[in-house]
Amino acid sequence: MLDQLVALLEQNEMFTPSILNEYWDGTVLTVQLTFLSVVIGFFLAVPLAIIRTSKYVWLSRTIWLFTYVFRGTPLLIQLYLIYYGVTMIDGIQDSPIWFLLEDAFYPCLLAFVLNTAAYSTEIIRGSLVTTDKGEIEAAEAYGMNYWQILRRIILPSAFRRALPAYSNEVIFMLHATSIASVVTLVDITGAGYNVYSRFYAPFEAFIFAGGIYLCLCFAIFAVFQRLEKRAFRHLA
Amino acid sequence: MKKLATVIAAGIATSLLLSSTVVAKEWTDVRLGVDSPYKPFEYKTPDGELTGFEIDLGNEVCKRANWNCTWVVQSWDGIIPGLLSRKYDAIFSSMSITEARAKQVLFSEPYYNTPSGWFAAADFKLDVADKSAFKELRIGVQRGTVQDTYVTDHFAKNNTVKRYSTSGDLLLDLEGGRLDMVLLDFPVGDTTLLIPEKKGAYAAVGDTFQLGNGMGVALRKRDKSLAATFNKVLAEIKTDGTYETIQAKYFSYSIKM
Repeated sequence: MLDQLVALLEQNEMFTPSILNEYWDGTVLTVQLTFLSVVIGFFLAVPLAIIRTSKYVWLSRTIWLFTYVFRGTPLLIQLYLIYYGVTMIDGIQDSPIWFLLEDAFYPCLLAFVLNTAAYSTEIIRGSLVTTDKGEIEAAEAYGMNYWQILRRIILPSAFRRALPAYSNEVIFMLHATSIASVVTLVDITGAGYNVYSRFYAPFEAFIFAGGIYLCLCFAIFAVFQRLEKRAFRHLA
Repeated sequence: MKKLATVIAAGIATSLLLSSTVVAKEWTDVRLGVDSPYKPFEYKTPDGELTGFEIDLGNEVCKRANWNCTWVVQSWDGIIPGLLSRKYDAIFSSMSITEARAKQVLFSEPYYNTPSGWFAAADFKLDVADKSAFKELRIGVQRGTVQDTYVTDHFAKNNTVKRYSTSGDLLLDLEGGRLDMVLLDFPVGDTTLLIPEKKGAYAAVGDTFQLGNGMGVALRKRDKSLAATFNKVLAEIKTDGTYETIQAKYFSYSIKM
């Protein structure tokens, strides 16, 4: 099996083992970036969404401003501002956090986390505020306090209803990571760019990259399909 | 049946005739693709006007060939696909003539040649003639350039090579302290890093050296007549002194080829 694959690879000039390795490294980076930003973004988004529904206007307005700014500007611009912007701060190169900012990975991750946190906050908020009033009143009648209601009633049902919209956000995030290549990270798109610039064959290089994204998408679809099946068991 | 065959044959003949006239079309409007900024070859003045050595040279070619030319700005990453997908008809953008590129495009005769040079912060010291001295450095290049190929072939193993879409991004990261060295077309580094505004913060490292076989206009393979005109007009410009006049506006040394 492996021999056949090697024989097949020997017949083309472009997809040599070293090039495939470059795509593989790119795939690893894309998965890392997507996974980390989605997970961190989600854990930021849950408390933010709860604060966003707070009855204290100044609290909910602050979060609204954050989501408004990050949803209202292109991710590419946020990435440029974070990646190139920090180097303009005087003395940043001598500061103890420079080792994080020097690498392209962390500024990039920061931009992605903030962006996906903003979108997820609004998705979760949307399902928090549409929780059936009757459920909350019933919980109150049982004598539950605010936190108990939140934990036992509102959040589980909100997560369930947010799931389809949230799966879209994860897919968007996977595709959004492709702009990491503009700040020198070699993700799948970056690998595609490098291969293309070596062989001047854009179609082969980018179709291959696109194929990898498709495969990753299938994996995400599968995960969310299972999650949705579990979450909506009671409706089946 | 016979009639139908005659009609088809006539149709094919006509379309062949038509297509041959299309191939030999008279060029009146020519769109030139360029990657800007690439100082001093192409960049924008503060009021947004495209200018630079190649812009002037290109405009002179268009004037003499009686073409109505427009410049199309396209980032370097996509400059060859842009040509092949007819976003413009010629790449007039400091493209080194290399074998790999010649498989995709048709090159004119070279019209200039410049050396490449290493640049770094002024206090950075390295013997660039000794290839084994390159260790664990962060080297920046513009993706898809001859400098990229050179660095990838020689230094990718023991160093981190960072590739950028534009020379502007590359310079930002050198100034931001994310790169130790950059390999640039020498005039590009000369006009962006070794200028008085930078107060001597950057310096050229070691001697300059030659990569590639000079810069040529890149065209679609089929546009042979266009290439012939480019060659003819460029040869005229090179011999009658106009080349030197344009060159003197941007360089204190000769880049003629």
